[in-house]
Amino acid sequence: MSKQEMDALAKERLVDIAREWYGQMCDGLVPFIRLPTRTKQNIEYDDENEVWKYGERESTRSATSEKSAVHLLKMAYVIGFLKQQLTENRSSTLRELYYISEGWKRAKFAAQDESNLLVEDLEILTDMQREAFHLRPEEDGASIFGPLRLRESTRRGVREIHCQEDVGEAGYPIPNNVDAIEFLGHDARFVIAVETGGMYARLMENGFDEEYRAILVHLKGQPARSTRRVLRRLNESLGLPVVVFTDGDPWSYRIYASVAYGSIKSAHMSELLATPQAQFVGVQPSDISDYNLPADRLTEQDINALRAELTDPRFATDYWRHQINLQLEMKLKSEQQAFASRGLDFVTKEYLPTRLAEMGVI
Amino acid sequence: MVVAEELAKQQRSISVAEFFEKNKHLLGFDSPTRGVITTVKEAVDNALDACEEAGVLPDIFVAIRRVDSDVFRITVEDNGPGIVPENVPYVFGKLLYGSRFHQIRQSRGQQGIGISAAVLYAQLTTGTPAVVVSRTGAKGPAHRFELMIRTETNEPDILAHEEIDWDRMHGTRIEIQFRSTFAAKKRLLDYLRYTAIVNPHARITADIDGEVTIFERVSGEVPPCPKAIHPHPHGIEFGSLKRIAAGSTQTLGEFLVSNFSRVGKKTADEIIGIAQLKPTRKVRALDAEDLKRLLDAMQRVKIPAPPAQQCLSPIGEDLICRGLEKEIQLDFIKARTRPSTVFSGHSFIIEAAIGYGGRLPAEGSALILRFANRVPLLYQQGACAITNCISEVNWKNYGLGQQGLPVGPVLIMVHVASTNVPFTSESKDAIASIPEIEREIVLVLQELGRELKTYLSRRARRKQQDDRARAICSIIPEIAAKVSEIVELPPIDTSPIEGRIMRKLVAKKQTTEGRVRIDVHNYTAQELAFTLYNLSSDEAKDAEPRPDFVDALDGEYNKVWRCRLAPGAAWQVTYSGTGGGTLDLRGVDDAVKVVVDLDV
Repeated sequence: MSKQEMDALAKERLVDIAREWYGQMCDGLVPFIRLPTRTKQNIEYDDENEVWKYGERESTRSATSEKSAVHLLKMAYVIGFLKQQLTENRSSTLRELYYISEGWKRAKFAAQDESNLLVEDLEILTDMQREAFHLRPEEDGASIFGPLRLRESTRRGVREIHCQEDVGEAGYPIPNNVDAIEFLGHDARFVIAVETGGMYARLMENGFDEEYRAILVHLKGQPARSTRRVLRRLNESLGLPVVVFTDGDPWSYRIYASVAYGSIKSAHMSELLATPQAQFVGVQPSDISDYNLPADRLTEQDINALRAELTDPRFATDYWRHQINLQLEMKLKSEQQAFASRGLDFVTKEYLPTRLAEMGVI
Repeated sequence: MVVAEELAKQQRSISVAEFFEKNKHLLGFDSPTRGVITTVKEAVDNALDACEEAGVLPDIFVAIRRVDSDVFRITVEDNGPGIVPENVPYVFGKLLYGSRFHQIRQSRGQQGIGISAAVLYAQLTTGTPAVVVSRTGAKGPAHRFELMIRTETNEPDILAHEEIDWDRMHGTRIEIQFRSTFAAKKRLLDYLRYTAIVNPHARITADIDGEVTIFERVSGEVPPCPKAIHPHPHGIEFGSLKRIAAGSTQTLGEFLVSNFSRVGKKTADEIIGIAQLKPTRKVRALDAEDLKRLLDAMQRVKIPAPPAQQCLSPIGEDLICRGLEKEIQLDFIKARTRPSTVFSGHSFIIEAAIGYGGRLPAEGSALILRFANRVPLLYQQGACAITNCISEVNWKNYGLGQQGLPVGPVLIMVHVASTNVPFTSESKDAIASIPEIEREIVLVLQELGRELKTYLSRRARRKQQDDRARAICSIIPEIAAKVSEIVELPPIDTSPIEGRIMRKLVAKKQTTEGRVRIDVHNYTAQELAFTLYNLSSDEAKDAEPRPDFVDALDGEYNKVWRCRLAPGAAWQVTYSGTGGGTLDLRGVDDAVKVVVDLDV
């Protein structure tokens, strides 16, 4: 689909929402929208796509209370703004959208969160991604380092880049619009997504990418949509296995879950963002005892987060139940850089080769 | 032997004045700040009691003036019946001198300690005498006394006595000076405000170092003065029985009937029968053993409760509400007066009120107002049976939060009226925990709790309706405007949605570009007549249609239109102006109307 067609479709679908309300009001009805309930209780496993998506539960938002009516009013303003933006072929960030709303009087957003949620609602209603509305996320994408050649169409022309030879120490930064990237070729056996910058640099310094023909992807904490889309495409179009290497605490497991199964917030586009085949490397709670890693005690919040994960359908596997219960027993957590206690080479010479072989990746 | 003789030289009787000089705290003079409040309280209590007895509407003046850096002069003046000159020195200069101690009826003061204790406290801290002026009627002059108390003997010491001219026809004025601070100013005003609440027939004027506050009366009727009754057989103790018996010349049968309340010939015979005494015996001749049997028999016979209507003077539900509303702005108020009951032969009545919203602070514990015989209790809230009962009630059942006491914008007032209020101590700060009283308090609070719950749920429902009305009448038109713009189609008229959902008389005010527009739609099935009030700073000279009349007050204009609308019909007025102000519809039931101010 060409860019023009894409823009026209996005505009059409947005205006359709307004058209629906127009019809409702002409019929003497209070305008309303229907959306899936966006909670942990309403995500279901989609066998076909192997990802977690929203289930059947829907909530109706009808303008019969002041709060709901204002929500619809805000949505109408956002639709009006996006329509204009698409018409004029401009783009803006989510943060800019928040500031633009300053002039909308009663439809003004109270917080950035609110505008983000509303845009996600629009994604669900139109079955399109926010990039199609020319909305850019604020968060910068993470970076790639490894034996991969790609082509990126930028505003200033087309660039061909090799992610080891043509980039600096920081690697190749993933752009917001992943659709602008085309993979040209690679010499990799697998992709390893790493949570922290320290470990990403360690693997690079130790030459892990060359020795094991690995593509390193830095997640930068909870991964941005663009990062997740790149992982998915590396897995899907190049057929490379993806493994995720994080800290050993409940928050890091959620990072893995959002890569592998999709996040609760964006479950409406899990099939675009999630990589169901992604495997978890560690740090596993069992590693803490097996390798006698330096560890911290779990805080009250950590324990609550682990307990919450036990009821999260995305963690409802024997492997996770075992690991989470083990951690609750030990009451300990370790960072991935804790492997340094056994020497700087330990992680690349011992831990990862052993663990990846065990997982059948190498 | 020698030691005993040595000791005997030191052994002597102690005057009651000396005793209280050493034990000031027992009477509420434990600190200089509290001394001010206790003094005012004792003087005001006396003034109210005296006015009630004389059937006069009380007009009380309280003044506190700083005369030296830490010396204050407290003046309390009333328009009561006055005190005859011969008695003035005793009333103010002798402890335990009073008229109400031997009477069984509801009154504020009882023992005759309070005001003379204040005089004692004054001479202790500043050495100055109390100045008393009293006049008993227009015919006689006023008498002015300067008084002190001789502590060794508890007798008054008259330093000066003269006849003077006084502008009051009758009444009493007392001036006392003592060392204190102004720390208790707020408490003192609270005390006077609470006193005004439970004495809605009194006007109290307070002048605190030049700052004048007037607590106006809401009722022009003097409450009937409670009449003294005879002791109830169930409430008498051995000592008092012996004392009255010794002073009587009657036979046992006559004695029981004429000295006790609710005892007739039949009951007397029953008591005498159980006591196995002869009805013809002279009571004076009964020995201790006989009296014990008699007392025991009196407890065993079933006797109706004492006549509470005579000896008690409850405030009444209506006056409690009016008193509270006058001093504290509230959204909801309900009061209850329970029927009279008895504990140990003493009659009592519990009255209570619950208030919600208004100016009450939204956070924190409820405001608790405790009263005993129309006197506010300010200290030792935690030790009081009233507070315990309030904590005992499960307020969560009635829609309030609770942390011990209920929390939120709530006021709880409890009044215990009794011929003998059981205080925990002589300073009369807290009511003792008596099961009969506690039971009555809990019952009345539960009754009021149910009333509050009904109010709160009705309020929640109304809030939801308001919320809905705002959504329908104000935001949907905005959505419609925006949506029409997006889809590039003609604007939608949203009034059918309004009509279908609201089914009410809907008034809307909106100001755009210097034009104020008021729309009224009758979405009901009836023809409605109503009056529209629009108060704002706009004079609306060009209003079309013209208002039926305009009231100008303080730069604001209240514009009034009288209209009549058929079912489904609409009415509109526009004028030049800046909007704002208020809009009100009157003449139609609250349930049928919706007023939406789009300028807010």
